[in-house]
Amino acid sequence: MRIELDAASVVVPTAEGDRVVLAPTTLTLTEQRVGVVGANGSGKSTLARLLNGLVAPTAGRVLVDGLDVARAGSAVRRRVGFCFTDPSAQLVMPTCVEDVELSLRRSVRDPRPRRARALEVLAEHGLADHADTSVHALSGGQKQLLALAGVLATSPEVLVADEPTTLLDLANSRRVADLLFSLPQQLVLVTHDLDLARRCDRVVVVLDGAVAHDGAPDAAVDHYVAAVTGP
Amino acid sequence: MSQVLLVGTYRPGRTPLHRLPVGPKVLLLAVFSLVVVLLRSLPASGVCLALVVAAALVGRVPLGAVLRAVRGLAVLLVVVSAVQWWVNGLARAAETTLDLVALAVAALVLTTTTPVNALLDAIVRWLGPLRRLGVDPERVALAFSLAIAALPATLALALETRDAARARGLGRHPRAYLTPFVVRVVARAHETGDALHARGLGD
Repeated sequence: MRIELDAASVVVPTAEGDRVVLAPTTLTLTEQRVGVVGANGSGKSTLARLLNGLVAPTAGRVLVDGLDVARAGSAVRRRVGFCFTDPSAQLVMPTCVEDVELSLRRSVRDPRPRRARALEVLAEHGLADHADTSVHALSGGQKQLLALAGVLATSPEVLVADEPTTLLDLANSRRVADLLFSLPQQLVLVTHDLDLARRCDRVVVVLDGAVAHDGAPDAAVDHYVAAVTGP
Repeated sequence: MSQVLLVGTYRPGRTPLHRLPVGPKVLLLAVFSLVVVLLRSLPASGVCLALVVAAALVGRVPLGAVLRAVRGLAVLLVVVSAVQWWVNGLARAAETTLDLVALAVAALVLTTTTPVNALLDAIVRWLGPLRRLGVDPERVALAFSLAIAALPATLALALETRDAARARGLGRHPRAYLTPFVVRVVARAHETGDALHARGLGD
């Protein structure tokens, strides 16, 4: 899938005047695994949200498979799934199976096959025993797996994951990371985990609202570390 | 905490209430609610409460969930009963208290024995004819289901915010609890909106 940012920028008005969250950015992402790293508040989540239409560019364009995200948001969101940092914000139904069913509502109209498909999806992600469990009773790792299952249930072609392992312990972080890197989908991964970034095919470094480096993972991560820690 | 959060969550089962289709169940709830509100006598309120407790037993709604639902109404019950006692006397206050508890338990019985998606499908079906008038049944149904699902999530936020206030030694200051609670509820509403948007729901 070809993802293009054409001088896309995001500016928000504040009491002190306009604040540039993301300076005009031009990128073409075609790699299977793209990492995005940067400090807190640097604009990397905004960059990620542009790809799914959660944030509209103030100027410029974002194209996914040739579709303008601002004009064909619904079609883009069918192609681009999004996984948030905090899975609790993403799980909106009372039980696990119901949450996956919610994702399937548009594609499977009939309740019985929809339930059957939701159970299959849960089983694929090791959550078969939790179908009727309250989403609030799950551990952090299980919640993130369920959130991913809900997104992947719709078979998107691209998955944008915004710091999906940040809130997880080591074991769950590795479990989620292994799942992400085993997916057939194109992955855009925003992360603070530099080991994960190094597993990508390409890494974009975002600092102070602009792309500071873009290239091979090792060089990009080294650039980021040097920029943050100084010479 | 998870026990508190299970208020209003569907519990699978094979009881007659679980097997009853959504339509009749919602109709029964509506009729029951009307009867509770319209019948103005203490014995009638007692009978209504007994009926709904019997329904909870038939639907195998856990006693703990019933007690938590009633506890969740505690402040409202105290305020409303006090006003009724002052204005209309003790008998009316008792009647109002029984009515409110009966309605809360009836709603609990419905949500505990009915999957949210089944409710959602039913609402979409019922509102189908209104498509011609520009009503989007999927969107309306989603709003209903979110309102139900928001209950445990909001309770969780309330408990977290209370604990955070206590941890800072501000447990006795209502502003230290209420202000961040309201801010967090609004923030969570925005996050939920983003999550639904990201999943293409409501497009």
